[in-house]
Formats: sequence, structure tokens, C-alpha cells
Amino acid sequence: MIKNALASALIWLIAMLITGVFAWLLADIIIHGLPHLSWSFLVEAPGNAGRSGGIGPVIISTGLILLVAVITAVPFGLATAVLLSEFTQRNSRLGRLVRGSLDVLSGVPSIVFGLFGNAFFCIYLGLGFSILSGGLTLACMILPILIRTAEEGLQATPNDYRLASAALGMSRSATLVHLLLPAATPALIAGLMLGLGRAVAETAALIFTSGYVDRMPDSLFDSGRALSVHIYDLSMNVAGGDANAYSSALVLILLLLFINSIALSLANHWLHRSVVTV
Amino acid sequence: MSHFINNKSEQVDKSDTDDTYTLGPLQSGPPCCIPEPLIRVENLSLYYAAKPALESVSLDIYKGCITALIGPSGCGKTSFLSVLNRLTDMIPGCRVSGKVHFNSTNLLSPSLDVQGLRRDIGMIFQKPVPFPLSIRRNIELPLREYGMNKQADLNEVMQQVLRDVGLWHEVKNRLESPAQALSGGQQQRLCIARALALRPQVLLMDEPCSALDPISSGIVEDLIQRLRDKYTVVIVTHNLAQARRIANFAGFFWIREQRAGCLIEFGQCKQIFEAPAHELTAAYVNGSRG
Repeated sequence: MIKNALASALIWLIAMLITGVFAWLLADIIIHGLPHLSWSFLVEAPGNAGRSGGIGPVIISTGLILLVAVITAVPFGLATAVLLSEFTQRNSRLGRLVRGSLDVLSGVPSIVFGLFGNAFFCIYLGLGFSILSGGLTLACMILPILIRTAEEGLQATPNDYRLASAALGMSRSATLVHLLLPAATPALIAGLMLGLGRAVAETAALIFTSGYVDRMPDSLFDSGRALSVHIYDLSMNVAGGDANAYSSALVLILLLLFINSIALSLANHWLHRSVVTV
Repeated sequence: MSHFINNKSEQVDKSDTDDTYTLGPLQSGPPCCIPEPLIRVENLSLYYAAKPALESVSLDIYKGCITALIGPSGCGKTSFLSVLNRLTDMIPGCRVSGKVHFNSTNLLSPSLDVQGLRRDIGMIFQKPVPFPLSIRRNIELPLREYGMNKQADLNEVMQQVLRDVGLWHEVKNRLESPAQALSGGQQQRLCIARALALRPQVLLMDEPCSALDPISSGIVEDLIQRLRDKYTVVIVTHNLAQARRIANFAGFFWIREQRAGCLIEFGQCKQIFEAPAHELTAAYVNGSRG
């Protein structure tokens, strides 16, 4: 009896502790970040190494980097997931090889991705420190998680659909486009969200690839500073930049929530239009 | 074709001799069918990897008839059905040997147009599989895949097949609503309509009524009865009374000791149920085994 009560008290304590840490973190950011947050903070260029002014160009650069990452990663990720789930057998050599590589890739520290991106995109391909290099590096980084969630989503679709569709003489590609991909959309969106969450919080990989020039980018070939890099720079390198670092962190969290809700509503909209669920 | 069959049934009515073209004790039941084999299966064996699932099955499927396959679970009836429309291709490690002729084409040929074959030989599954689309799109999707793009044509076919399965009046005001919101029986009839829309010659049915309540099951059974003559139906069923009610021919499958299924007896339904030649068949249809 006492043992049970102790055990459940312990479990509660641990759960509360974890929730508490998260709440503390969030509260800290909100308390310190909210007072500085204003419209002008969001649109103005940073001044005095970020101590004053806003984060306008940083937000634009972040958006562009994410856009490049998503536009590159989604087609590659989807194609690989389809290959793994629909066109190779579960235990085939190719499937095992690709899955194994992805597992290794997803465990690679982001700094290694940064160095790779720097060597390959910036130097070898001659893209230099640019938004394009940063976006492409992030794309490589989020591919493993994107592929694995998309693959799981496809495999979770009922096999009955494949059989029934084949029995109606439909080709595999038609089955895929009309039935399987729509049915797997929620999983695809979830994978994209996980990937984006990782990408938007990424610092190490971006310092080496997109650089930290904080002016407004003219094109994708310009260097641009991402929000996470900005926060890192303000809190580590700039004395007196803490206030703006807090506000930027708050903006980062809000941005993530914003992207999440947009993606969810898009998915809902699409689901209701092309796939009718009960 | 239908008037040919009518002639045929008149002949039988007149002669009123043996029961070649009628079935069981239900004299008013199925009209006769043309004893013309549409699918000839010779010495068919099927293996999953090294494990045999079916051994040397030979039988003819007659045109315009309903052929029932009966027998205990796991004796290879469903595997047999899947051979007939080559769904076995989708099972990794599945190997088929023997000869299967449909019309005069070799159905097991590796160079066969499998998509075309599946259009000619449709399949209905035990659990209804409506796609997660609207009722309309469920029927239109395969048709569009075959290049029918005019909305007028699509509407005509859809209306026709939905009427054929007796679903039109139930769904005509909600064609755009999700097919998965229909009841189980309605879903199964929608699946049959979807298969009929491709104008197949043969319909394979894998226990089409076993997931349905008795009333829906009865409706689907009546529908299968109406398919006779126009379509050749091969139905796997565990419901012996149903097989007896609807089938012209019946095949009894059993599992040998080596765990491979085989065909014990094939013949006219009445003969299988009333005068089985094999003692296993007799025991099974009388309910004392299986």
C-alpha cells in the first residue's frame, strides 16, 4: 500500500518536474521577451550589433532559408519514402541500405552537417556563405526524419486499398497518387513539422553555411542571419544584447507555432477537398 | 447473350428431365447456365516461398454460372481466387505453377497485360473496401484511369451500376458524401458497383457477405443471384446454406496433412450437397466435420 503510494508519488513528481522545467523556460522567455516585442521590433533592421533596433532582415532570412530547405527536402523526401514503402520489399538489400544510411544520418550532430554544407555547398559548388547554402544544408539535415515519417505514414495506410485498387486494374502510380498519398497526408505533414522544428532551431549548421550577416538579403545568394544564429550571437558575443535575445527567442517560438498552425489548416483543407474522411 | 440463356431455360423447362441446369431443391432457383468453360484450371499449384498452399487443382469455371468454393479456413480457397486475377503477383515469394486459361489466353503468362486482365476479372473482398473518397469518386476513379473522361459518360455508367446493385435510390442525393459513411452492406454493394462499372466478364467474390449483418447479407446475396447469366461469378463462402441457395457449381477444398490445400470434389451444386462422391465432402456438407 505504502509502496504503491510512494511509487505513484514519485511518478507524479518526475512528471511535474519535467513539465515544470518546460513551463519555467517558457515563462522566462515570455516575461523577458514580451516587453520588448513590438511591431517595430519585427520590421526594423538590427542596430549596434543587435543591441538596438529590431530583427526584420533576420526574420526574412530565416523564412528564405526554411523555404529553400522545404522546397528541396519535400520532393526528395517523398520520392525516397515512396521508393522504400512501395517499390522495395521490406527486407530487400536496397531498402536496408537506404534505411540504415538514414538512421546514421539522423544521428549525425548538426555541426557535422554544417561542416559538410560548408565544404560542399559553399566551397565545392561555389555558393559561398548564402541563404541557398544554408537552406540546402538544412534540407540534408531534415531529410532523414522527413523520409522515415513519410515512409511510416505510407506503410500505415491500409493494405486493403492497394489490393482493392489493383483488383480494379489501377496502376501502382495511380493508386499512389489518388489513394495512398492523400491517406498518408497527416503523417507527411507531421514529418514536415518535425523537420521544420529541427530546422528552425538550428544554429550550428547555419553559422558555417548561411553566415551571420544581418542586413536584408537581396537574393538567395546573399548571406543571411537566421533567428537562431541571431539569438546565439546576441547572448554569447554581444554584451547587453540579452533583452533582444529574449524577444528574438519569443519570436522564434511564435514562428514555430505559426508554421504549425498553417500546415495543420492546409492539411485539413486539403483533406476535406480531395480525401473525404468520416 | 441473355436471350440465348432464356432459350436454354425454356428447353430445360420443357424437357424437365435431369437437373443439369437447375440447382438443388430450389426448383424455382437459378436458371440454367451454359456449360461452356470460361476459365480452365489445370493442375494448379501455389506456393508461398517453399510452403505449398494449393496442390494440383483442376476445374472449369462455367460461363454465366455461379461457382461456389467451400471448405474450411486455410485450405487455399482465397489463394485460388487470387490466382484468377493475378493478385498473387502482389504477394512476395508467391509462386504459381500449372495452367490457367481464360477464354483462350494463358492467364499465368508473365507477358500478360495484368491490368487488362483485372478489368475483365474483378474481385470483391470479404471486408468492403470503399476508398476514402466520395461515393461518386469511388466509381469514377477506376473509370478515369481507363481514359473515360467525359462527365456525361461517367454519370451514365455510375447511375447504371448503382441501379444494378440497388443503391441508386439510397445514395442519389448524397453522391458527394464519403463512401466510408455508408453502412457495411451499402459499402459492399458500392464495391460491387465499382467492379461492375469496368464491365468485367468474371467477378471473384471472397466471402462477400461474411462481414455483413444478416439483412445486408441477404440483400447482397440477392444481388449476386441477379448477376448470374450476365456475369460469371466465383464465390468463396463459409455459409453452406448460401452456397446451396445460389450456386450452380460447387468445389470442395480441404487441407491435406502436409498442410497444402487441395480440391477434393467439384461438381454441380446439387450433387455436391445431396450426393457427394467423397466421404470428406459428405462429412463437411452435413456438418459433421470441418
